[in-house]
Amino acid sequence: MNALSQSLQRIGAIIFKELRQLIRDRPTFGMVVMVPLIQLLLFGFAINTNVRDLPVGLVDLSHTQTARALVSDLGATQVVRFTQTYQTPALAEEAIRRGHVHAVLVIPEDFGQRLQDQRAIAQWLIDGSDTMVGNALLALQQMPFASGFEAQPSSRKNTFEVALFFNPERRSAINIVPGLVAIVLTMTMVMFTSAALVRERERGNLELLITTPVRSSEIMIGKIVPYVFVGLIQMTIILGLGHVIFAVPINGRLDQLVLGVFAFISASLTLGLLVSTIAKTQLQAMQLTVFLLIPSILLSGFMFPYEGMPEAAQWIAEALPATHFIRMVRAIVLRGATLEDLQPDLWWLIGFTVIGVIAAASRFKKRLD
Amino acid sequence: MTDPAMRDTANQWAIETRGMSRRFGDFVAVDQLDLCIPYKTIYGFLGPNGCGKSTSMRLITGLLTPSAGDIRVLGMEIPAQAELLRRRLGYMTQKFSLYDDLTVQENLRFMAQIYNLDSRSVKQLIDSQLSRYQLNERKTRLAGSLSGGQRQRLALAAATLHQPELLILDEPTSAVDPENRRDFWEKLFDLCDGGTTILVSTHYMDEAERCHGLAIMESGVKRADGAPAQLMRELGARVVEIDGENLRLLKQQLGELPEVVSTAQQGTHLRVLIKESIEDPERWLREVHPQLVHDRQIHAVRPSLEDVFVHCTGSHASSGGARQ
Ligand SMILES: Nc1ncnc2c1ncn2[C@@H]1O[C@H](COP(=O)(O)OP(=O)(O)O)[C@@H](O)[C@H]1O
Ligand SMILES: [Mg+2]
Repeated sequence: MNALSQSLQRIGAIIFKELRQLIRDRPTFGMVVMVPLIQLLLFGFAINTNVRDLPVGLVDLSHTQTARALVSDLGATQVVRFTQTYQTPALAEEAIRRGHVHAVLVIPEDFGQRLQDQRAIAQWLIDGSDTMVGNALLALQQMPFASGFEAQPSSRKNTFEVALFFNPERRSAINIVPGLVAIVLTMTMVMFTSAALVRERERGNLELLITTPVRSSEIMIGKIVPYVFVGLIQMTIILGLGHVIFAVPINGRLDQLVLGVFAFISASLTLGLLVSTIAKTQLQAMQLTVFLLIPSILLSGFMFPYEGMPEAAQWIAEALPATHFIRMVRAIVLRGATLEDLQPDLWWLIGFTVIGVIAAASRFKKRLD
Repeated sequence: MTDPAMRDTANQWAIETRGMSRRFGDFVAVDQLDLCIPYKTIYGFLGPNGCGKSTSMRLITGLLTPSAGDIRVLGMEIPAQAELLRRRLGYMTQKFSLYDDLTVQENLRFMAQIYNLDSRSVKQLIDSQLSRYQLNERKTRLAGSLSGGQRQRLALAAATLHQPELLILDEPTSAVDPENRRDFWEKLFDLCDGGTTILVSTHYMDEAERCHGLAIMESGVKRADGAPAQLMRELGARVVEIDGENLRLLKQQLGELPEVVSTAQQGTHLRVLIKESIEDPERWLREVHPQLVHDRQIHAVRPSLEDVFVHCTGSHASSGGARQ
């Protein structure tokens, strides 16, 4: 009994010491509260497979009142929202490739005749690279539609014909693998750099380094560059194996892909560098990395379609480099888009990097106080 | 901004500070420090842990911003011109701050590149540093696997690679055995003869005694400064050694006398500091306190640096003495 109570006393001592240290380590203690709170909100936002208001385009070759009624019926489903009109199906396909819209409804010249003949009345051109978006549109395939003038009640099987581009078999690997590049790179790039400066500070190397002529910006750039190569290697592994094992096509140009990845790696490394100017210990750097990683997985469009998220979540998503890169990598790899088509995302990543490096270098003073 | 008196003496001193202070919150780590350190000398900071030696050095290198006061190093305003100082300064931090996971040679090459040393002569320079600091056999070993003495020699080799005019060494010998310490000081004198000004901090008396000039610090305040010999000469107290039995009791009894500054047992004798106002301590003890010292031998001895240190730090400092 005496031995037991002694043992309990020692355990108690360790428990209280541990709690005391936890409470004094403010950032870690903050994580205890913030992580469940933020995760709950993020999941609540993100897990919404009920896709609504997808931006789609319209090619109306029939120019009839009935066609306009069809468009208005589709809008009423709230699954799609017609945002663009195109003159020809070719222009529409180009817009899909560029990622301006997820799908286009083509209403043919013989629309009226088809309505009479009980054939499919129009065609959806769908970007199948995001399977969840594709499924939402496929669900519209059998939407009933009648003009009110038909001879007999409708007996057609499908209201629409569907052409699924880029992923006709609707395999999820096609969607997941390019997105995985973004997730893996976010994880490793932010983690490597966030620890890089903190490690030098913890080990005492920094005190020597900052008494030398080296400039803050030189330290920052020197810390980033090696990991660019690490990132390019990781991308090659993921897309290479994805191509060989999961038959993920690489439709875009390789140079465009490498440039896009380069921009994203730079942005992620910058993010890591910013973390390392905030964190005081390697553990804190790691926690902040995880903190950034989770929204990058949930809100970036990697797991759940961007369009299904409420506006607030979309704003958060827009702030994350991963969101922009996932758009880019899917467009280039699956749809063969070029960086020219993806300029807003590319410029966003470049801007983030430049501003981030400046911010990190100015936060990092060659001082100890 | 600068004290006008300081501008006149711009080129006289390698390091000059006026009222240099640094607070961390409410805590004053360095308090109104005035220093004048001549060129081409070895100057020491002597003081216990936490007295502000490292903080003073960081203020002088521009790593910390002073809360008050003026600092001029090699004629440059610090911290405003700290970047200009970098190339002319070698700094050895208290904690080993080269890279544990690089080899000896790689660490030196890294530092050479950071200082933009001429790449054609770097190999030769590194080789000469390796042999000067007896690191030749260890050059391919990871720095993390070196002994305390070897690390310290590596740190000095790195700090002197770019031949700085000013070398600041923060407790360079604290993890080093006495043999290595002696060798290390030989190296410092070589450097000093070559024209380098050296500022070194220590809490070893024997090391402090080797310095040309010395500042004794306590709780961020300079208690005394000057050449060690001068400090010992002008101690402001007399030193006697008393032999005999039962020294613990004697120490306690003497400690209660107002004329006794301090007592310390050293083996078989007691070392006693007595106020300067007592002209002849032996006679005073024998006449005024015969019961304490009868059948004991009393020798008057030359003051040591430790006596100086004891006399001007601790509770004795406030009771008068060599405080400046
Ligand atoms: N960054 C800091 N923040 C708060 N207190 C500090 C800091 N650096 C030093 N101190 C305090 O200042 C005092 C002097 O420290 P230091 O200069 O390192 O002493 P020394 O080098 O003589 O051992 C110590 O009490 C220490 O705790
Ligand atoms: Mg110190």
